[in-house]
Amino acid sequence: MDWLSRNLPYLMAGISVGGQYALIAIGYTMVYGILRLINFAHGDIFMCAGLIMVYAATVFPVYISIPLVIVVTVLIGFAVERVAYKPLRTAPRMSVMISAIGVSYLLQNLALYITGGLAQQYPALPWISDVITVLGVTTKRVTVITPPLVILLVIVLVFLIHKTKVGMAMRAASKDFETSQLMGIKINSVISLTFIIGSFLAAVGSFLYFSNYTGVTPTAGAMPGLKAFVAAVFGGIGSIPGAVIGAFIIGISENIIKGLGWTTFSDAFTFALLIVVLIFKPTGLFGEAATDKV
Amino acid sequence: MSKILEIKDLSVAYGGIQAVRGISFEVNEGEIVTLIGANGAGKSSTLRSIVGLVKPAGGSVLFQGKELRGLATENIVKNGITLVPEGRRVFVNLTVFENLRMGAYMRKDNLDADLDWVYSLFPRLKERSWQSAGTLSGGEQQMLAIARALMSKPKLIMMDEPSLGLAPLVVQGVFDIISEINRQGVTILLVEQNANMALKAADRGYVMETGRITMTGTGKELSENEEIRAAYLGKSKK
Repeated sequence: MDWLSRNLPYLMAGISVGGQYALIAIGYTMVYGILRLINFAHGDIFMCAGLIMVYAATVFPVYISIPLVIVVTVLIGFAVERVAYKPLRTAPRMSVMISAIGVSYLLQNLALYITGGLAQQYPALPWISDVITVLGVTTKRVTVITPPLVILLVIVLVFLIHKTKVGMAMRAASKDFETSQLMGIKINSVISLTFIIGSFLAAVGSFLYFSNYTGVTPTAGAMPGLKAFVAAVFGGIGSIPGAVIGAFIIGISENIIKGLGWTTFSDAFTFALLIVVLIFKPTGLFGEAATDKV
Repeated sequence: MSKILEIKDLSVAYGGIQAVRGISFEVNEGEIVTLIGANGAGKSSTLRSIVGLVKPAGGSVLFQGKELRGLATENIVKNGITLVPEGRRVFVNLTVFENLRMGAYMRKDNLDADLDWVYSLFPRLKERSWQSAGTLSGGEQQMLAIARALMSKPKLIMMDEPSLGLAPLVVQGVFDIISEINRQGVTILLVEQNANMALKAADRGYVMETGRITMTGTGKELSENEEIRAAYLGKSKK
């Protein structure tokens, strides 16, 4: 009991951070599922959402800035795909990946140019950032609302993909572009929709994630982006439930390690996990075996 | 009989290689027309260029008098033309039922009547409607690929080697279905290497060799032609 009460704060923080990683990881895994592309710019789109909030909050009240951030982030995600990936649709996969790395640096450097490189103070969101006490643990409310919110969003997303016509088209397109086109599916719209959903979830994740931090820097998206990517690989890239479960496992493990007093090693753990997964189970927990039927 | 599809001087090139060299042919409403020829004759390229999966280098594709060349695939199929691709290409991660729903992707009306229709043509698919398409046998996948194409209510259905890789008995089944679909009013353009079966089923046929149409006639005429018998039907000249 004593052990539990000592570790409860870390466990709670872990579940919460895991949920935030999950929202980013879904963007990675969905884009991979349809384009077989690791969208390296995704973490930076997440960072952009944070920065836009910083600037929006100085002008507008929260109830306007939150939807504004979501809309602008979605537009950035959409534009990145149209400008940097769509023209390379028939190019080798490596070219698209390099383009993604280029977009990542472009966004980081744009942010550097705009902010001057200084960490920008993230606004305290009312209600979400309030300090509360749960089970004797003092924390921000965001810690408590993240897990149910993530689960709700994931349920909606899984419903969209498995029960609606457009979700069916997404699954069909993820297997076979040409045949999907023969069915009359507009491939480019389906791909755009994937980026829109991914960016939307990244924007929601940014509110939750940055509420725990004081500032947003131009590279603030790199680390959570990388960890979400590891989570997506761990869960089996291409699989949405896999990405979510992977993200929760990584978030919880990291914070338990911090709780044990090994804070220095918490990041190392995540990447060591990536190496182990790639060696022993390259397809991840829920990944499909890569069978290319001819 | 009115022409439903008219191909004029169509050519297709991959890089510097001319796969189709200015061919012309037509398909009349209600017919089964077959394109036969050896590997690499340009049959698949012809079908793929009609639906815009490869961009033709020249010529024109008229469907009910409307020029389709240059349109995107999704806009071509909207006109009531569909292709059952080579190698079946069913969506293995979707169920049989979902595959059929995808076939009807462009339709907004009620699908029940057409579902009943394709299930009556392929009772096996009804039994397996909740099964993932990847678990079906090759023959069943071919049935599904045809059924999926029918769900779009096409005026013209093009099939690329539907008998490929199937057991003889199953091939017979596929050709029975082709005749049955045609009898119910769908025009069919069939590409086959199995010239024997194709010519038996077809009203008219065209023979393709290295990107050109070298011969044409009714199915019966072609299957009785000495050269064709020697080249494609495995029967020696007397």
